[in-house]
Amino acid sequence: MLDQEIIGKLKTILGSDYVSDAAEELFIYSRDQGVQDPHMPDCVVMPGSAPEVQEIIRLAMQKKIPVVPMGGGLLLSGLTVPLKGGIVLDMKRMNRIIEINERSHYAVVEAGTSQGMLDAYLRKHHPGLKHSLPDAPPSATIAGNIAIHGSGHLSQSEGGFHSEMVTGLEVVLPTGELVKFGSCSTVPAWFSRAPLPDLVGLFLGWNGTTGVITKVGIKLYPRPSLHDVMVFMTEDIDLAPMIISRIINTEVAEDINYALAPKPDYLNGFQMTVINVTANSEAEIKMKKQIIRDALHDFYETKEAGFMPVPPNMKAGFLEAPQKALSKFADVRKGGGFEYVGAIMPIEKIPEACRAGMEITARNRITYSLGARIIGRGHCAMFFFAYPFNRVDREEVERVKKALEDTNKTALQLGGIPWKAEVQGQQLILKQMEPETYRVMKKIRDVLDPAGIMNPGNWEVG
Amino acid sequence: MHELIFNTKLCENCKTLDCIMKCQYIEMDLDEAGREHAKILRGEESRILKDCVTCYACEEYCPSRNHPFYLIVERQEQLGIHPVPKPIEKSQVIMMGPRGKIKQKELKAPVIDMCFFDIMKGGIRGKLFEGATTIGGSDVFCNLMFLHFARNSTIRERLPLIMDNIMKYYLEPAGVKEIICYHDECYGTYTSWAPAFGIDVPFRPVHLFDYIYHKLIDLKPDIKPLNVKAAYQRPCSNRLCPETDHFVDDIFNLIGVERPKRTYEYKNALCCGGIPEAAQRFDLVEEIQRKNVEDMKSTGAQYGVFNCPFCFWTLAEPVAKAGMIPIMMSDLCLMALGQ
Repeated sequence: MLDQEIIGKLKTILGSDYVSDAAEELFIYSRDQGVQDPHMPDCVVMPGSAPEVQEIIRLAMQKKIPVVPMGGGLLLSGLTVPLKGGIVLDMKRMNRIIEINERSHYAVVEAGTSQGMLDAYLRKHHPGLKHSLPDAPPSATIAGNIAIHGSGHLSQSEGGFHSEMVTGLEVVLPTGELVKFGSCSTVPAWFSRAPLPDLVGLFLGWNGTTGVITKVGIKLYPRPSLHDVMVFMTEDIDLAPMIISRIINTEVAEDINYALAPKPDYLNGFQMTVINVTANSEAEIKMKKQIIRDALHDFYETKEAGFMPVPPNMKAGFLEAPQKALSKFADVRKGGGFEYVGAIMPIEKIPEACRAGMEITARNRITYSLGARIIGRGHCAMFFFAYPFNRVDREEVERVKKALEDTNKTALQLGGIPWKAEVQGQQLILKQMEPETYRVMKKIRDVLDPAGIMNPGNWEVG
Repeated sequence: MHELIFNTKLCENCKTLDCIMKCQYIEMDLDEAGREHAKILRGEESRILKDCVTCYACEEYCPSRNHPFYLIVERQEQLGIHPVPKPIEKSQVIMMGPRGKIKQKELKAPVIDMCFFDIMKGGIRGKLFEGATTIGGSDVFCNLMFLHFARNSTIRERLPLIMDNIMKYYLEPAGVKEIICYHDECYGTYTSWAPAFGIDVPFRPVHLFDYIYHKLIDLKPDIKPLNVKAAYQRPCSNRLCPETDHFVDDIFNLIGVERPKRTYEYKNALCCGGIPEAAQRFDLVEEIQRKNVEDMKSTGAQYGVFNCPFCFWTLAEPVAKAGMIPIMMSDLCLMALGQ
């Protein structure tokens, strides 16, 4: 419990409408849709500007109150659940789109700007440009997603994880200073992290333990006028790395996703590689599709695999970004529970990961969807083990927790690394990490956050 | 198990081999056709079995109605020839299979059998279908599409159950004796495929166009002639019931639609390209779609008219891109009725 003096100070900083310690609101912020145990915050605040964030952080540092920054709150792995109480810093009010640079292809947005907002804004005001959308609901924030090394529909063709698309950051440090990183630290434009020493990484992948991101510069890309999808169907999991590599090597696929699931029953036992292509003319899209077909010609000639005709209703779903089908799947068990273990891993490990996922889910008697999004023209895959569950069914929740633990271990054994891992997953990663690497992480964190207030409990060795 | 009723003697004595010589996709002279045909009769491999587009047209070309296409499908299956990649074939077999979820529902005539296309139920509306009730979905699906997958066996296995479902759950309780087949595929199943395999059909199938034509006669005072030009995409399954093809002209005449002469219609109709696409014959798809749409366009047609939903899904976009309006026949008729 924070004493009323501190609540009062927070209200002075933000106004009373944007500070709450009401039980019903704290309840909402105490959990996410995953299986992690809830932890109540003491207070929830919604800052409207970077100076307000600075004032909150300074107060928290002075009183040694934990602070947990939060974007869309859709992480599933409890990274914005306040493990040690304190203040949840809900960034959604800071949602202004500050700049779109059409010529240098970047946007500058405040940290609470959602994926949907930026997408809608670009479609309306800059229809020739787009950013890489994750398959999270549109309320996921740009800053939250880059901070967890998220990925999206341009990750295959345009250079990798969303964190790699960041051109600059503005951050409130755990000691209260407001700092810019990237070209924006030296000149007015947010075009690049080079050629300066790259300090942006100090805030990406750290689960909010090193500071509060308040602005993001993010790369934009051309939005071609035509978009089509091809679906290559196989029955042999071991073919996946070869097929995916062939498609990558064509250099014409915008997005490549691989998926398998036991439901619907007509897809059980089959795998689909979904290939998105975009173009600015009919001739270009035709050529790209032909190139992809040629790359897989020997597979479909044998009739052991082939391109599935995609009727218009199904095609509309495949062309969506984000994919509504994923949100639908997330609630397939009803009851609002969904776990998603991402594991970033080498592409050649996809067959093993699929088998492991099927084995883990069978053992724990839960349903699944497995698959992978290809990242950075084939440098790795974001493999997903998605487990929907009924939150009301406590027994099922326990089985999913166990599956989650098994999956994290398996991902590491396979040579992958769990993505946005919950605390237990972080512990597994740290145990396997080179000790010197961890020691450097700790030193950096101690320097940046001497009071230890930022999202405590995360990235800590027990 | 029901076997194909096929008269080998008729084929052996055939001098014209129309089934092959009229084929729009396989080119060979009469000598080669004779040799390849004989191989098929003997149950041997033939390039016809591999190159067949499965357009069903030879069923119509055969002057003796000796079911050359059903024999091709039998032979493909016996010899393990898969026109479509195996994972797609297997997945489709599961997807389209009866689910056993059928429940009795209140029905009254006319009963429209939507085939698998319940999704098109929205088209059953207005004066044309006043009072109609619909059935549809996997438990009443004819499964004739598996002719494209070299799987007579799947149709053979499922059809008795499907017809039983239609009778037991729908027609008998409602005291109805006939169904209006929304899709040519169902009508072709009950009037061509089932008799060819010696399977009795316990109800009277009515072709959708037969129903629409007679309904339009009743509604004649309400018809406002459309005064437009239209091209018609004849579906593959109409080759199994060519006796119904005249209804296209009959209906067009009633609703004031001109059908300018084109190359690819009636017996010379071209496939929509959907099945060759599933068979991974992409060059052929491009060629036949281009020829088909250019031919439609060249007649000055303002509308591309369809009856098969699968043809519609496959060709609607190219037709629209060519500047014509793709439309289902029933919707065109509703337009003429001011709806």
